[in-house]
Amino acid sequence: MEAGHRTTVMERAHQALQDEFLRKAVRFTTARLKNNKLRAADELGRWEDWREQGRRIRAHTVAHLDYYLKQFADNVRARGGHVHFAADAAEASEVVTRIVREKQARRIVKSKSMVSEEVHINRHLEALGAEVVETDLGEYIIQLAGEAPSHIIAPAIHKNREQIRDLFTKAGGENLGTDTPSLAGFARRQLREKFLQADVGITGCNFGIAESGTVVLFTNEGNGRMVTTLPPVHIVMMGMERLLPTFADLEVMANLLPRAGTGQKLTAYMSMITGPRRPDELDGPEELHVVILDNNRSSQLGDPDFQEVLHCIRCGACLNVCPVYRQIGGHAYGSVYSGPIGAVLTPLLNQGPEYADLPYASSLCGACYEACPVKIPLHDMLVRLRQRNVREGRVKSAERMAFRGFRQVFASPGRYRFVLRVARTAQRPLVRQGYIESTFGPLFGWTHSRHAPALDPAPFRDRWKRLSSELAERAAEARSERTAVTGRPDDDLHQGRASNDAPRQDGVKGGDERE
Amino acid sequence: MKVSLFITCLVDNFFPDVGEAMARILAAHGVEMEFPEGQTCCGQPAFNSGYRDEARAVAKTLLDAFLDADYVVSPSGSCTGMIHHYYPELFADDPALAWRAQELAKKTYEFSQFLVNVLGVEDLGAQFPYRVTYHPSCHGSRLLGVRDEPLRLLRRVRDLELVDLPGASDCCGFGGTFAVKMHEVSTAMVDEKVEHVLETQAEVLVGTDMGCLMNIGGRMRHEGKPVRVLHLAQLLYEGMRIGKVVV
Repeated sequence: MEAGHRTTVMERAHQALQDEFLRKAVRFTTARLKNNKLRAADELGRWEDWREQGRRIRAHTVAHLDYYLKQFADNVRARGGHVHFAADAAEASEVVTRIVREKQARRIVKSKSMVSEEVHINRHLEALGAEVVETDLGEYIIQLAGEAPSHIIAPAIHKNREQIRDLFTKAGGENLGTDTPSLAGFARRQLREKFLQADVGITGCNFGIAESGTVVLFTNEGNGRMVTTLPPVHIVMMGMERLLPTFADLEVMANLLPRAGTGQKLTAYMSMITGPRRPDELDGPEELHVVILDNNRSSQLGDPDFQEVLHCIRCGACLNVCPVYRQIGGHAYGSVYSGPIGAVLTPLLNQGPEYADLPYASSLCGACYEACPVKIPLHDMLVRLRQRNVREGRVKSAERMAFRGFRQVFASPGRYRFVLRVARTAQRPLVRQGYIESTFGPLFGWTHSRHAPALDPAPFRDRWKRLSSELAERAAEARSERTAVTGRPDDDLHQGRASNDAPRQDGVKGGDERE
Repeated sequence: MKVSLFITCLVDNFFPDVGEAMARILAAHGVEMEFPEGQTCCGQPAFNSGYRDEARAVAKTLLDAFLDADYVVSPSGSCTGMIHHYYPELFADDPALAWRAQELAKKTYEFSQFLVNVLGVEDLGAQFPYRVTYHPSCHGSRLLGVRDEPLRLLRRVRDLELVDLPGASDCCGFGGTFAVKMHEVSTAMVDEKVEHVLETQAEVLVGTDMGCLMNIGGRMRHEGKPVRVLHLAQLLYEGMRIGKVVV
């Protein structure tokens, strides 16, 4: 695994929280993307129906992945492309480096690909002595900075304009401003040269269409077009789940993905690549290789707890709404995939202990599920990953003891009453005006930044002994008053149960009559 | 017909006034109530931390306590959501318990949900002459779907000035054990929430879940911010007294 992974997500989050630049940049951009998404979903209309359709398509595809993978691979080959199945990251990089070596390629251009990040392909290619250039603007920025992407679709989200200008200046830019035309202009001039010189182009794949063997790319800068048309060799790196059965399914995804991710109606460039250049065509590569990566994806198939993670279409919507991501950005997750999807996907793709703490980087608020265009229940999957940690003993023994104690006390009403009575007495030295302000011992996590309420001297269950008869009288009075007004007894709320979804209209209770 | 009060462990021990306010409002609307003593906690702290067996053992107390209930009403959208969404699954391996879990889910309501959708009450005759902002808790609004009910109740309160909370649907950073385990991130989140509450210049912050309110309120008290924090039931009951609907 990567160096520096011995740190915990808490430690990395601590680091990120000290970085005001990062937090401001991430807050700003996620808020913009989130609001754009809401507008775009609204504008399309019937968003929930689109989501459900998206979910169905992904669920069907993943449930029949073996069938569609074969169909896709057969069709890629029938169109003259080469298909390589890679069981893990090592195999995938081996395939790619072999092709590059065989072609004696020196210059490689890439459009954005999360799978290539997952495989760390740049590192392997550079070890061969090849020059690898990221051509997506965001990826180009972080490549210059020597960093990993901190967002699935906005990899340089953590950088502000000043930082980008400084990076570009270091890369040879002169008298650059911080305005978009001047920054984008510099990148464009630099990259144009690279496109023209490149021996190999590497892209990801947003969707592979099984019925035709087509690789579909969603890009916004046109760099994907350059990477797939200019170099003589095109290598596609894709996750094995990235398939759709037909073009009709693509229509749904072409609406869902850009709207959910950035709030765009459509992506600016949708490239569809079916096989290498044909004899009558003017551009396109002479050779097309499609590398299909498993890397523990197939381990999720048939697992009712986690199969749905393969439904993900990598739009980044869950990152944009995540209140934890907003505070700490992507690098704190310590892996290629960040945010809620990263906290679920990373420990599934890497079964070792190093990422077992990621599922705790969530308050389980459910914003990710609500934002997901294919309705992946990420908040539930985070809990299931925590369950897996408990099952496999990847938890601190103090925590295990604490929950064992919780069970002992809370599963028995008698013990619960007793323990809380003792606790009410024991807390006395710490209580000031109904609150505990001390940052003592196990309370530290809470009390270093928040006052904690003290246990009330009179818990509800003690009060109820006094309340129950008083409130029974009150209720009886209220019922008889109502009978006096309506002329009929009306204490049977079973009627109310039938109208569960609609407010009742009868009697003075019905608020509507008062208007 | 009777309502069985599901008070939740947090309200029982830390915020009994909230349970009392809820019960008094229900009584004022003629609702007969009981408090089954066998109830402790919905088991969510253990469940969310991945301790499924522990959660199940604790959740079982509620299955027993509310076996014969017609309606179960709770001052927490989060605990109600736990019963609705996770009990059927938690007991799925035992058909008899699974059936009881499903029955319990069907008859369990969050307080504002019960008032508005079952009793059909929106106007409690309350009066509350303060500037108020409402924080919709994630589990109640997003997962249980209680979105309009608290607002419909608040809008009928006389003299109450309801101001929108910026970024209202953002999590306050509570998240149960998350608040302790990832306390720095949690604090950063609650700071953002507090900032928004202060922006509204509200005198009172109201909500439907004491976990979140304990978090936001605890942070504001720590920072010396003078905003009153009330559960919806507390606000409504105080309003009923001001409006002289109850004595």
